[in-house]
Amino acid sequence: MKRDWQGALTAGLVLVAIFVAWEVGVRVFGVKPILLPPPSAIWKEFWTDPAWYMGHGWYTLLVTLGGFALAVIAGVFLAVLIVESRLLEKTVYALIVGLNSVPKVAIAPLFVIWLGTGAEPKIAIALLIAVFPIVIDTVLGLKSVPPDILDLARTMRGGRFDTLWRIRFPCALPSIFAGMKVAISLALVGAIVGEFVSSQRGLGYVILSAQGTFDTARVFAAIFVLALMGVALFWLLAWAERAAIPWHASQKEYVPTA
Amino acid sequence: MTAAPRPSASIDARGVRKHFAAAGVTALEEVSLSIAPGEFVSVLGPSGCGKSTLLRCIAGLEVPSSGSVLVNGKPVNGPPEGLGMVFQRDALLEWRSVMDNLMLPIDFRHGERSEAAEHARKLLELTGLTGFEESYPSQLSGGMRQRVAICRALVDDPVLLLMDEPFGALDALTRDQMNVELQKMWLAEKKTVVFVTHSITEAIYLGDRVVVFSPRPGRIADVIDVDLPRPRRLAVRSSEKFQAHAAHIRGLFEGMGLLKEDDE
Repeated sequence: MKRDWQGALTAGLVLVAIFVAWEVGVRVFGVKPILLPPPSAIWKEFWTDPAWYMGHGWYTLLVTLGGFALAVIAGVFLAVLIVESRLLEKTVYALIVGLNSVPKVAIAPLFVIWLGTGAEPKIAIALLIAVFPIVIDTVLGLKSVPPDILDLARTMRGGRFDTLWRIRFPCALPSIFAGMKVAISLALVGAIVGEFVSSQRGLGYVILSAQGTFDTARVFAAIFVLALMGVALFWLLAWAERAAIPWHASQKEYVPTA
Repeated sequence: MTAAPRPSASIDARGVRKHFAAAGVTALEEVSLSIAPGEFVSVLGPSGCGKSTLLRCIAGLEVPSSGSVLVNGKPVNGPPEGLGMVFQRDALLEWRSVMDNLMLPIDFRHGERSEAAEHARKLLELTGLTGFEESYPSQLSGGMRQRVAICRALVDDPVLLLMDEPFGALDALTRDQMNVELQKMWLAEKKTVVFVTHSITEAIYLGDRVVVFSPRPGRIADVIDVDLPRPRRLAVRSSEKFQAHAAHIRGLFEGMGLLKEDDE
């Protein structure tokens, strides 16, 4: 645990150093604020109305979490179907892998046509972008049960559901979490893309409208709020992972056994 | 001797032949073997001789290409009821504590855990694992893990225990210790045991009979009755009778061209 806060301290110091260098560099070289405002100006912009930023951030956060939650549910469900059915593996899985290669951003305007300009199309885009790593990692996890453990389940005359629930699913949890960690960042990307395409709210809207008025400090302030959100979401997931799979090797320091 | 709550099973393998078409390999050729209830039979042979395949046919995990296996007179068609199996690698579930691993067979048949809890504790005590009920497999040594796997195979009062080279991955010292403990457990529980191994010493020490396999395609080369009194102490391995059995089996392997020495 001691190493944890030491790591955080080091990361914090590096970050501070970068900001100091940025501030000094911008001033020394006389960079125009419209190109790159100094951190102090960004902070000032944020501090004029933090509640306004938080309000838009909250909206983006809800869209992200909505898309992510749906992606987890849909992704795990699809993965189970794919693993349990040879036919679906050949059809649906191939289709999903194919669809994944389509740039989802290009589909975003379609969702606006279909779902309007509310939160729904943004959640749908977040879902669509986030679902692929979850499906692919969950399929991998469900399939990577050691063969002798599957034999063991057979000798215990375990039914399909029991084997899925008691063996395959726990075995897949580390992979599912790996997929979720990728998916949470992608859901955030999806939410912003959705807000870019059409929105009156959210950090994507803030960035796009500030760009229109060349308010670079505001663009940066919104980006920083986004970055903080992304990091917080990732850490929240990492924490949930530690709580859910304390037995997994990735969660442990090496301890020699007696 | 305590009477087992469930009578142990008999096994009848009749002309079992197994051909793996995909690999183009005939693993077993005309294997016939009868095992009485409560008997401990060691199946001994070189690597890849099909002894594990025979075990898997008895377990219902493989279907013989021809011939049949009967457990308690009933043809095996999928894993029979009351089967306990131990694999070379312990096949413990990392996300379950020792006690929860032991409860897996109960969970799988949707039984009441409380009914098996006492037996589970007794088995853990027999193997010196008392106090480790809440430990996770990753916190245990290789020998302790395999002990848990054996307890798990026994906890639901099986009629038949199949062991596929269970101690093959353990160091020699731990292996000796496990042999002693397995004999102790077997004397306490009196199950029919089929024990696959490639160690001559282990096969004789544990078995009422030793079934010696020839290299692939696996055939029964000889069946040896081990008439050593039980409980056997490890020192029995240096006795004349034991050595005579071992020499006989080594002779069989030499005859198959498996053991060669230069000169002499």
